[in-house]
Amino acid sequence: MSEKNQTPKENQKLQKASDTWELRLYVAGQTPNSLKAFANLKKICEEHLKGKYTIEVIDLLKNPQLATGDQILAIPTLVRRLPEPLKKIIGDLSNTERVLVGLDIRPKTAG
Amino acid sequence: MEHNKVFAKCRTGVRGLDEITFGGLQKGRPTLITGGAGSGKTLMSMEFLVRGAIDFNEPGVFMAFEETAEELAQNVASLGFDLEELIAHKKVVVDYVRVERSEIEETGEYDLEGLFVRLNHSIDSVGAKRVVLDTIESLFAGLGNEAILRAELRRLFRWLKDKGVTAIITAERGESTLTRYGLEEYVSDCVILLDHRVQNQISTRRLRVVKYRGSVHGTNEYPFLIDEKGISIMPITSITLDYPISTKRVSSGIPRLDTMLEGKGFYCGSTILVSGTAGTGKTSISAHFANVTCQRGERCLYFAFEESPNQIIRNMKSIGINLETLVKNGRLKIHAVRSTFYGLETHLVQMQKLIDDFKPTTVVVDPITNLITAGEESDVKSMLTRLIDYLKTKQITTMFTNLTHLESLERTESEVSSIMDTWILLRDIELGGERNRGIYILKSRGMAHSNQIREFLITSKGVDIIDVYTGPSGVLTGTARLAQETKDKAAEVQRSEETGRLQRDLERKRKLMEAQVAALQAEFAAKEEEIKQLLTQDRLHEKAVAEGRKEMGRMRKEDKK
Repeated sequence: MSEKNQTPKENQKLQKASDTWELRLYVAGQTPNSLKAFANLKKICEEHLKGKYTIEVIDLLKNPQLATGDQILAIPTLVRRLPEPLKKIIGDLSNTERVLVGLDIRPKTAG
Repeated sequence: MEHNKVFAKCRTGVRGLDEITFGGLQKGRPTLITGGAGSGKTLMSMEFLVRGAIDFNEPGVFMAFEETAEELAQNVASLGFDLEELIAHKKVVVDYVRVERSEIEETGEYDLEGLFVRLNHSIDSVGAKRVVLDTIESLFAGLGNEAILRAELRRLFRWLKDKGVTAIITAERGESTLTRYGLEEYVSDCVILLDHRVQNQISTRRLRVVKYRGSVHGTNEYPFLIDEKGISIMPITSITLDYPISTKRVSSGIPRLDTMLEGKGFYCGSTILVSGTAGTGKTSISAHFANVTCQRGERCLYFAFEESPNQIIRNMKSIGINLETLVKNGRLKIHAVRSTFYGLETHLVQMQKLIDDFKPTTVVVDPITNLITAGEESDVKSMLTRLIDYLKTKQITTMFTNLTHLESLERTESEVSSIMDTWILLRDIELGGERNRGIYILKSRGMAHSNQIREFLITSKGVDIIDVYTGPSGVLTGTARLAQETKDKAAEVQRSEETGRLQRDLERKRKLMEAQVAALQAEFAAKEEEIKQLLTQDRLHEKAVAEGRKEMGRMRKEDKK
C-alpha cells in the first residue's frame, strides 16, 4: 500500500467527477452545536474547496417535512448531495480531519 | 374505559390485551414491548395503531427503524390490515427511519433533534394519539456515541409523555436483561414481554405483563395467536371464581339420562366429563347433546380432535342423529383439528376465539385426552382450568369426553375430573362372553343424581338407557340380562300355572264338597219324606182301626157306654 501514489490520483478523480460541491447542513434552530458546525464547515470549505462549493442550511424547525428526505435524525447533520455518492456527517464538525475524510476530500489514512 | 381512577387507560383493541391490563395501556405514556426475534412485537404494536385508528378514532404514527412502509404494509396485510388505505386517509403515518452506520461519519457533539422534529411533524400532521417506535434500539447499532444516544432517548421518552401520546416502544430481548440495550431503564411504567417458545417441537407464543406501574394487571404468561384476524391473547386466568351461577337446566338429549339427573339434566354453564374406555359411546352421547342444543334453536360448537367432521356426521347418522342439517343451517359447527398440530395453549386460544366468534351455548370437546397429550403434563390442568373458567363466565355448558383405560377407569389424565361438575362414566361390562355398556353418574355437583348403573344401548334410533337386571343372582346386562329375564318370565309362567292349578283344585274340591252336601241333604230329605209318610200311614191306620171298632160296635149293637 503506497499512500503517496494514491493520494494525487484520488484527488484528480474527485476533481474530475465534479466541479461543484453541493452541501446541506441540517439544523434545528440556532443551537450552539449548529452554529459551531456552520462555522467549522465554512472554514473547512474555504480551505479545501474554495470557489466550488455551495452550502444550504436547512432549519428543520421551519421545514420539518424536509427531514424525511435525507433521513435526518441527528442535529447537526451535514449531507454531501454532490458529488455522489451521498455522504452524511453528524456532529458539530469540530474534528476537521474526520470531516475531510467523511466528505472524501481526504481519504482515510492509517494514522 | 376507565377501570382505574388514578390514570386513564388507552384501549389497545388487541384481543385479550385489554382484559389482562384491565383496560389497556397507560394513556399518554410509553409502554415497552420486548421480545426475541419473531416474537410478534411489530405486529402487536401495529395492531395497536391500526385498531386505534379504526376502532377508537385515534390516529397513529408508526416510526419504523427496520422495515420500510411498503414492507410493513405487506407484512400486516396478512393480518387483514389495509395500511396503505389508512395512510391515504391520514389515519396512520408510517415514517421509515434508516440508520446506516457506514454512511454516517460522526464528528463532535450532536443531538437527535432531527428525530424529534420528524416525530413531531408526523404526530401533528394527523393529530396522532398513538405512537409506535419499532425498534428504536436500531439507533444503537447506527450511531456510535452511546452517551449521547442514552441522554437523547431519555429526553425522547419524556418528550413523548409531554406530548401526551400513548406510545409503544419495541425492543429486542437481551441475554439476561429485558432489552439488549437496557431500554427498560427509560420506559419503566409498563413493560410487556413477548416470547416464542418451542417445546416438544410445538411452538407457542406467550405474553407477559412484566410490570405495569400504578395498575393491577394479570401477571401470568398468556398464550397468544397471530392469525388472519390479528392477535388474540387468551387472558382467561385473570378471571376469578365469581362467575354467575345458573339454576337453569339443559337437557342431555337422552331422556333417560336426564331422569338420572333429577329428571332435569345438567346445570346450565356446568362442565360435564364423559369418560370411558374405547368404544363405549362417548361420541354418541356428545352427539345427542349437540343435537338437542340445536333442536332448542341454540348453537353448539363441536371440537373434534380425533375424527373429521364428515366422519362424525356419517357415524352419527347410523344412530339416527342427523348432524348434517344442523351444520347446514348454521346451528352446529364442527371444528376438527389434529391435536398435535399446535401446542395446548395455541389450541386453547384458538378455541376461545372460535367460541367468541360463534357464540354457542354448548360446547363439546371430543376428546379432551388428545388435547392433554398436546401439552406438558404440568401445564395441562392450569390451562384447562382457564378454558373452563372462560366457558363458565360465558355460561356455556360444556361436555368433554375422555378416553380412559380399564385399569384407571375412575382416573383421568392430569386429574381434570376435579374441575368438572358432572362426571359420567361409561364402562364395559364383560359378562357371559360379551361386552355391554354400562353408564353411571359418578358425580354431579348440586343435585341428587341417580346412583344406579344403567345399561346403555346404542340403537339405530340413538342412545337408549335401560335398567340393568338386578336380582338375587346379581347385576346382569346384555344377553345375560335377557336370558335372566326370560328365565324369570318362564319361572313366573310356571308359578302362575301352579297357582292356577291349585285354584282349580280348590274349586273342584269345593264343588265336590258342595255335591256331597247336596247328596246328604237329598238323603236327609228322602229320609224325612219317608218318615213323614210312615207317620201319616200310622195315623191313617189308627184312624181306620178306630173307625173299624166303632163300626164293629154299632154292628154288634153294643150296650150304651
